[in-house]
Amino acid sequence: MKNIPISALIGLFFTGLYFLTALLAPWIAPYGMGEIVGDVWEPSSSEYLLGTDSIGRDLLSRMIYGGRTTIFIATAATILSFVTGSVLGFLAAVVGGWIDQVLSRFVDLMMSIPTLIFALVVLSVTPVTIPMLILVMGLLDATRVYRLARAVAVDINVMDYVEAAKLRGEGRGWIIFREILPNALSPLVAELGLRFIFMVLFLSTLSFLGLGVQPPEADWGGIVKENKEGIVYGIPAAIVPAVAIATLAISVNLVADWVLNRTTSLKGGRGG
Amino acid sequence: MHPVILLIAQRIALGLLLLLASSALIFAGTQILPGDVAQAILGQSATPEALENLRRDLGLNDPALTRYFNWLFGAIQGDLGTALTNGKDIAESMGYRLKNTLFLAACAAIVSVPLAIFLGLLAVRYHGRWPDKAISGVTLASISVPEFLIGYIVVYFIAVKLGMFSPLAMVNDSMSFWDKLNAVALPVLVLTLVVLAHMMRMTRAAILNVMQSAYIETAELKGLSSFKIIYRHAFPNAIAPIVNVVMLNLAYLVVGVVVIEVVFVYPGMGQYLVDHVSKRDVPVVQACGLIFAAVYIGMNMIADIVSILANPRLRHPK
Repeated sequence: MKNIPISALIGLFFTGLYFLTALLAPWIAPYGMGEIVGDVWEPSSSEYLLGTDSIGRDLLSRMIYGGRTTIFIATAATILSFVTGSVLGFLAAVVGGWIDQVLSRFVDLMMSIPTLIFALVVLSVTPVTIPMLILVMGLLDATRVYRLARAVAVDINVMDYVEAAKLRGEGRGWIIFREILPNALSPLVAELGLRFIFMVLFLSTLSFLGLGVQPPEADWGGIVKENKEGIVYGIPAAIVPAVAIATLAISVNLVADWVLNRTTSLKGGRGG
Repeated sequence: MHPVILLIAQRIALGLLLLLASSALIFAGTQILPGDVAQAILGQSATPEALENLRRDLGLNDPALTRYFNWLFGAIQGDLGTALTNGKDIAESMGYRLKNTLFLAACAAIVSVPLAIFLGLLAVRYHGRWPDKAISGVTLASISVPEFLIGYIVVYFIAVKLGMFSPLAMVNDSMSFWDKLNAVALPVLVLTLVVLAHMMRMTRAAILNVMQSAYIETAELKGLSSFKIIYRHAFPNAIAPIVNVVMLNLAYLVVGVVVIEVVFVYPGMGQYLVDHVSKRDVPVVQACGLIFAAVYIGMNMIADIVSILANPRLRHPK
């Protein structure tokens, strides 16, 4: 862990900071999430660092709690999409035959409809609760992970050591989890970062459209929705989440880039 | 028959098949709950009579397969059913909105496609130097912020701080073409920003890929200027990948439009879809989903067909 490039360090620092803030939200936030503490849209002051929102709640506290919701849902959905996507992808690569055909064609079909549109179609009949959001986002995104996992696993599956394990008489579970998984981990981890960002953006979009996290709970997209009227009067409260989302996304990107570069150099890539 | 025609016919058939399957998927997407749609629309407190009436209106008492085929055959004939919320014909209210959305997307495409290709070429010409780095930096920044936030940032700085253009993009039929263009200026700017980065980056990658070829080295050794090499030798060979990039981004544009329309309160398909999702107006949502999927699949199909046509080895088989 010695030669971490400076960009990755910055990325790690900010990513860590956001996750810590999310975990420790109740202790860090100066006010409660739904607590009305001041006037409507007060400018930032020493009392309210980022000012107040459309009904006089402290914006900083709301951003901290909102970050907690955003990061929690995005993380849960990413885990769901990774577990489903990679297990099915590995399975398709190892078993092959009609299972591979059925799964792959189904994924092709799912990907032929834009994710946002399909999510809206499903959310029009399902109750919009947090578990439902995690489920819809996670499963829709699993198609992307499936593609990657299958492609990587197909390459690994023809390696000599997998052949050796098969000749030893190991079962499919062993092949998937002990042979393929450790070798497929690095591209998957890099992809994990990108998927996580995608989830953050996706959730914010859904909440902004009023179809994500429901009030009085808030996430970053919801905060934009609540404060969007202020923009026309020159009140930048709705822009604040943009800064949060962008810095989180960029720092996770920097970490993912580093992981990807590090693993390619391990595999004999040029330079290091 | 010419093999290219055969390939294209195959691709079109595949596209139609995909569209058929996606219509089934969209239909199934609204049947996903164990309960029924009527309950979801009216909520837990609905009376049994109200539920029964709604079920009858929606035809929910028929089996799902019958309903799907009724819906599908209706849609093929241009009958998308009636909206639950106001009882109006969906195809009728959609026609006007679809026109608005296509107008917005077309404006954005006319601005962004030439710009992206030009900047992509520029990045290749100055590969590894500051214009190239600046372009990569902007790309990273713009994929890290969701579309609607780019929209509000643009509104905040251009419409409010500079006082240029209106923050709301209201259009109606009585407006002149010029007024309409003025109204959509900001949404077009935002959509351009959203797709520009992707398109530029992929154009850059496509041309850089071609630049590795032996014939480019020959052209360099012949002493041609670097812009001449790019546009006489590299560009024609990069057309297929670039058209692909453009089409993929136009497809992306169609989806980005949904969110941007909400930001600017623009009377288009996206606004229509989002409004009716929150009202749980299932027939409208299905119809909009079908149209969006059709546009998306159509764009991807055109991209494939163009890359088949642009390949000289396929056009002139041995």
